[in-house]
Amino acid sequence: MASLGGTKINPSKFHYSQLKFYFILVPVALIMALPIVYIFSHAFKPIEELFLWPPKFLVRRPTLKNFKDLMQTTSTAVPMARYLFNSVAITLGLVFVSIVISTMAGYALSKLEFKLKKPLLILNNIALMFVGASVVIPRYLVVEKLGLLDNFLVYILPTVAMPVGLFLVKQFIDQIPQDLLEAARIDGASDLRIYWSIILPLIKPAIATIAIVSFQMAWNDAGIANLYIDNEALKNFAFYMSTLTTQTNIVTGQGMAAAAALIMFIPNLVIFIILQRNVMNTMAHSGIK
Amino acid sequence: MEAVVEKKKTKKLNYKKKQGILGTLFISPYALAFLTFIVIPVFMGIFLSFTAFDLIRMPKFIGFNNYINLLTADDVFMQKVIPNTIKFAFFTGPIGYLLAFLLAWLLAQIPQKSRTVLALLIYSPSLTAGVAMGVMWKIIFSGDQSGYLNAMLLNMRMIEQPIQWLTDPKYLMTVMIIVTIWGSMGIGFLAMLAGVLNINPELYEAAYVDGMSNKFQEIIYITIPSMKPQMLFGAVMSIVGTFNAGAIGVILSGTNPTPQNAGQLIVTHIDDYGFIRYDMGYAAAISVMLLLLVYLMGKLAKSLFQEKE
Repeated sequence: MASLGGTKINPSKFHYSQLKFYFILVPVALIMALPIVYIFSHAFKPIEELFLWPPKFLVRRPTLKNFKDLMQTTSTAVPMARYLFNSVAITLGLVFVSIVISTMAGYALSKLEFKLKKPLLILNNIALMFVGASVVIPRYLVVEKLGLLDNFLVYILPTVAMPVGLFLVKQFIDQIPQDLLEAARIDGASDLRIYWSIILPLIKPAIATIAIVSFQMAWNDAGIANLYIDNEALKNFAFYMSTLTTQTNIVTGQGMAAAAALIMFIPNLVIFIILQRNVMNTMAHSGIK
Repeated sequence: MEAVVEKKKTKKLNYKKKQGILGTLFISPYALAFLTFIVIPVFMGIFLSFTAFDLIRMPKFIGFNNYINLLTADDVFMQKVIPNTIKFAFFTGPIGYLLAFLLAWLLAQIPQKSRTVLALLIYSPSLTAGVAMGVMWKIIFSGDQSGYLNAMLLNMRMIEQPIQWLTDPKYLMTVMIIVTIWGSMGIGFLAMLAGVLNINPELYEAAYVDGMSNKFQEIIYITIPSMKPQMLFGAVMSIVGTFNAGAIGVILSGTNPTPQNAGQLIVTHIDDYGFIRYDMGYAAAISVMLLLLVYLMGKLAKSLFQEKE
């Protein structure tokens, strides 16, 4: 039976037989992370290092000048802080609203009986395969009809129904035993009470996952600002960044673009690191049966 | 006695009614947003695909003309967009998916601490999705000699002239595929990692007792069959990811259409007709084809992984 030792999934400690896995994984992980390291280093390069030839991968004498340039840039009508503020507001808004409506919908679809439940479930499962890019034009017409052009709400309403998010929450709630809810009912708890004091505390991992998915959607997206917003003061940081890079051949622009990319990336990374355990917990229930 | 039963019954009925009301109430916000911004646009798209529409005049019904034109008269679509999409989808879809599974499987073979660090590094490109990603790659693949890749190759004397990675039709597609695979270890990859980790270890032990002898058999006979639902979720995410990544050619090259249509995919073809030529009916017809294609691929994935009931 000794041979079984080497075939363990999720081993508890290091064993020299695992070296072959590290041998593949470490180089792959490094290659994946390389462009990100490059951005880190690029963002802190002083101007003479940006012009240096041949270019060096890592920064020699780091400086904050690129960030300062980014703050003080006058190429647009509104200051950078405004774009950043918009992005923060949009992101918080979308994350909050999508958590509320996805958990409500997930609870209803998983544990409550009501009309149209079956068709909605089927429709949502088909919508997992929905490719947003295919409805850009009709969606534009809908947004226009609803008077949402140049309206801050356009950042939130069209993206708030996330089929994948609802699917993950529903799968997670499915794991909560019916007996537990029955017991609560016998004790006199209403369905609303059950949602608030039993379901929500138990599905924290799924909530964390929705938070991450919607965070990434709102924070990284430049498309909405580009399509639906004309008023410069309402555009977001991702859009602002995309305008910086239309001039990639100008070396100084690169420094600023890298600094902006770093500002975009850091919050993503921090939030994922904080919530990663919860996300993995949710993913364990992600299967489509 | 009868009265008590009657009372219980009405209580139960009342309760059911209450639950129905709460259920409807709870689903409504989601359902409303879902209908308004996903279902209705899809049906509008189908309707528009049978019309000629330029956003200014009312849509005019023209039957199947858009589809006929698409399949018989659109040279770019047939000669560039379709072959490009097949090539792009093959490499970023199945190959990217296999890679995601293999990496997830490898990660499951090592202890938790180092697994968390390595998984984070592999997942990190997904965190930069969208614009930030485009910026980085544009700097690295920049076509002049200050582009990082060019400088490196020039310095090592592997090339003599800087290569126009992003505007030369010869290289654009390759760069698009590399960039997309790099960024594709996302939510599907995490699901598969969780799937491998959650397999009951006793299954492996039993199989070894029954004569299974190596890791390859382990994957084929135990791992994949035990995590079919996660494999399917990963496959669906991979299909959707592939088609959503369609704009990458335009982001990288900075133009739509891409140079000599080298990086033109279905998604960019839609934008080209919709937002540049304002031929909305035609763009809608391409969109409908795209939705159908994605749906069929999803069906295919389901037939591979779905458990029979």
